[in-house]
Amino acid sequence: MRYLPLTEPDRQAMLARIGAGSIDDLFVDVPDEARRGGLVDLPTRQGELEVERLLGAMAAKNTPAGSVPFFVGGGAYKHHVPATVDHLIQRSEFLTAYTPYQPEISQGTLQYLFEFQTQVAMLTGMDVANASMYDGSTACGEAVLMAHRVTRKKKAVLSGSLHPHYRAVVENLSEFAGYEVDPGAPVLDGTEDIIARIDDETSCVVVQNPDFFGNVRDLRAIADAAHAKKALLIVAFTEVVSLGMVTPPGEMGADIVVGEGQSIGNALNFGGPYVGLFAAKQKYVRQMPGRLCGETVDAEGKRGFVLTLSTREQHIRREKATSNICTNSGLCCLAFTIHMSLLGEEGFGRLARINHANAVKLADQLEDVGGVEIVTPTFFNEFTIRTPKNARDLIDEMADKGVLAGVRVSRLWPGEDSLDDLVAVASTEVNTEADRAAFVAVLKEVLS
Amino acid sequence: MNKQGRPTGVGELGEAGRKTFTGNRGLAQEELLIFERDSGACGVDLDEPDAFEDRLGGNRRKNSIGLPGLSEPDVMRHYVRLSQKNYAIDAGLYPLGSCTMKHNPRLNEKIARLPGFADVHPLQPTKTAQGALELIELVAHWLKVLTGMPAVAMSPKAGAHGELCGMMAIHAALEARGEGKTRTRVLVPESAHGTNPATAALLGYTVDSIPATKDGRVDVEAFKAKLGPDVAAIMLTNPNTCGLFEKDIKEIADALHDVGGYFYCDGANFNAIVGRVRPGDLGVDAMHINLHKTFSTPHGGGGPGAGPVVLSEALAPFAPLPWVIERNGRLKFADVAEQVEEVGGSTFGRMTAFHGQMGMFVRAAAYMLSHGSDGLRQAAEDAVLSANYVLASLKDTMSAPFEGPCMHEALFDDAFLKDTGVETLDFAKAMIDEGYHPMTMYFPLVVHGAMLVEPTESESKASLDLFIATLADLAESAKRGETDRFAGAPYLAPMRRLDETQAARKPVLTWSPPAPAQAAE
Repeated sequence: MRYLPLTEPDRQAMLARIGAGSIDDLFVDVPDEARRGGLVDLPTRQGELEVERLLGAMAAKNTPAGSVPFFVGGGAYKHHVPATVDHLIQRSEFLTAYTPYQPEISQGTLQYLFEFQTQVAMLTGMDVANASMYDGSTACGEAVLMAHRVTRKKKAVLSGSLHPHYRAVVENLSEFAGYEVDPGAPVLDGTEDIIARIDDETSCVVVQNPDFFGNVRDLRAIADAAHAKKALLIVAFTEVVSLGMVTPPGEMGADIVVGEGQSIGNALNFGGPYVGLFAAKQKYVRQMPGRLCGETVDAEGKRGFVLTLSTREQHIRREKATSNICTNSGLCCLAFTIHMSLLGEEGFGRLARINHANAVKLADQLEDVGGVEIVTPTFFNEFTIRTPKNARDLIDEMADKGVLAGVRVSRLWPGEDSLDDLVAVASTEVNTEADRAAFVAVLKEVLS
Repeated sequence: MNKQGRPTGVGELGEAGRKTFTGNRGLAQEELLIFERDSGACGVDLDEPDAFEDRLGGNRRKNSIGLPGLSEPDVMRHYVRLSQKNYAIDAGLYPLGSCTMKHNPRLNEKIARLPGFADVHPLQPTKTAQGALELIELVAHWLKVLTGMPAVAMSPKAGAHGELCGMMAIHAALEARGEGKTRTRVLVPESAHGTNPATAALLGYTVDSIPATKDGRVDVEAFKAKLGPDVAAIMLTNPNTCGLFEKDIKEIADALHDVGGYFYCDGANFNAIVGRVRPGDLGVDAMHINLHKTFSTPHGGGGPGAGPVVLSEALAPFAPLPWVIERNGRLKFADVAEQVEEVGGSTFGRMTAFHGQMGMFVRAAAYMLSHGSDGLRQAAEDAVLSANYVLASLKDTMSAPFEGPCMHEALFDDAFLKDTGVETLDFAKAMIDEGYHPMTMYFPLVVHGAMLVEPTESESKASLDLFIATLADLAESAKRGETDRFAGAPYLAPMRRLDETQAARKPVLTWSPPAPAQAAE
């Protein structure tokens, strides 16, 4: 077995030093009835070539996003990741390091965490950010719990156009923790009256921007209404590239900002691993979940970085911790921070403008297809169309013709019949003129 | 005269006193923050789109973000230099107990990056992702067989997320029995990971701590005294965090089940027993498996991991969304409660947006297939052998709080440092100067000045021997009163000891641009 360095003579010599007759003597504390004598019913070891063949064949059964005209979004987005990103994150010293508990020999990890926090705070327009969460949806759930801690109130008011999976995560976590959620019905025009649902019991209002359907909105009135009732405004986003063009949540009055960082530096991965972004106002820093990296000095006065404020965390505070999070998405946040550094101010803005321009072009082209309606007047790189055909059949038939057209909205809102003819369509910098032409041609075909 | 290749003397200043203009020391180069390296360049080629009218409804960003601009070579150099300030398992032994730092096969990385896995969208039609669903089912099958459990929930994103999942399933099952409100207490041994009490508290449970016996295990009598109709569950780690197998595990499970509680097992240490013990045979109802530890995903500076949860018959019906089900010979996701009910389930809801850490599933599958059932068993045995070898070799030089063999980690305490003026922390920092990452310190809490060493199965005997000799030398040195070696350590790391108190007192969590210089008088 190539992964195991001990030889049989090594094992014998080690047993002799221990004073054990056989390896079984080391398992002496395991009750007899729980010991397995032989192997379980699974295949035995295979060589590298065999494993590559077997799993390669499995991979070959899937349609990768990059192999077809691809317009699927809904919380995860196909972007181009520069080759440098994957090369750097595969460096052994990043890839195979652990949580930086020994700062003297972990400055590489700590410095990039500090840079990541700064980038996220800048992007969202907030004071502080933590050093990555599992993903956007769990970050959203944590933000709602944090709002309860800050306000000591029990009810979260959710926008009806919050990503349904984010809503489900928040509802699930809240229900178990004993909090209330007012989820709101799906509203696709972006003008829902959230303000009317805010009352004295409200701890927070959660609004997605751009929302699940694509609408981009001004949140200032909602922020004012929330603050008037001493509730926090939580702004969520699933497409971080939007922050290159859209007014940041911090400038719209957000108290906590959460989002999905997958778009920058990270592959689609069929749903994970992703990286959650979490930022807040300075005054709430001690109520934040997850890890934080802070600046300090070493014994010679040199600037360095350490994990800090860990008295909020589970390994110190146990049942009084701000969350139970232990593992973060460190490597995904490294990918994010490298990609963001490559883009810089200029590249990130331009990436956003290309995304938006491509989406606008696509929307214009789709609007010319008979019977198709764009139902989101504002959007960034994802918008919603109403089609004369049931969305399930439409997407299915288009997939058969080699175009992955978008997300059937009712897949995420089952049981809402009014959504049966809606498709959320995403376009990014990877979509070419030819991709758009293919979309239009195939759409016309299946509608005819 | 050409002196190339000839040895030269240290010179007048000596190595330590030699100052350089740049602050660099040869290959050890200082590196500014990325924000301080801003040159206004751009590291990507993207063309400005043709003029167009935006559809942002008047919500266009007006202010710049403040991001630095660097060329691709400058970004490359920045992160390469940062990487060189990190210790990593590929660079040396990383004996962090309870964290399992073992070899990370690069085959796993290669396969996880195949476009057929990495470039597949979670919401693309499932008929275009049958291979991805097959892979999830493959990993699920292995986990079920290896643990002897009938069901597994794949979506939890990490070990602690898995704990949350398992405890939610327990809560949901209790609700279904009409006891959701009356069972309010969760028993957690003193030696548990902090995530265990944090998880129980998150779900509104009262955490009731169980003391440990003198031999480092759950005090069964104390445990039994706490049993009652208000107990929802026990959260117990086995092998436990003292590196010991809980001998009385069956008795604990039976007594708990007799009063109607559920047994949550923290599976963080499953790597010690995989292939030799099936948790299902121990009476476990729910257990998370840290795929990254037992089935090897690189720790990546702290993540990502993955924490699937195996479930007993009693809890299987409550697994979170989505479930993978088969319809007309094709795999698909059951995304909502109604679809789950069709196959006899009653899910407690959704834990995360999509369906878990696919990238980690692929790595786990590659690792499982490479090792096979025989290799996994051998790996567990070698991990246990290595830990016992370290324990047996050092127990007389250092001090071990418990008798008998350990599982995959060897626990020492600070008794051997008594009256030497050297503390656990100093001892650990001195290991850095010897080229080792320190072991886990001050955990588990049940032992004074704990030092938990987990060598894992991927160290050779020669590597273990050098490690043992190094620790023995440090221990002897401490006992001889050579406190200088410890008090200021590390001396030879990229940085000297960092001031964590200052960082916490005056938190500086983001970089800010220097204040603009005052206008000249």
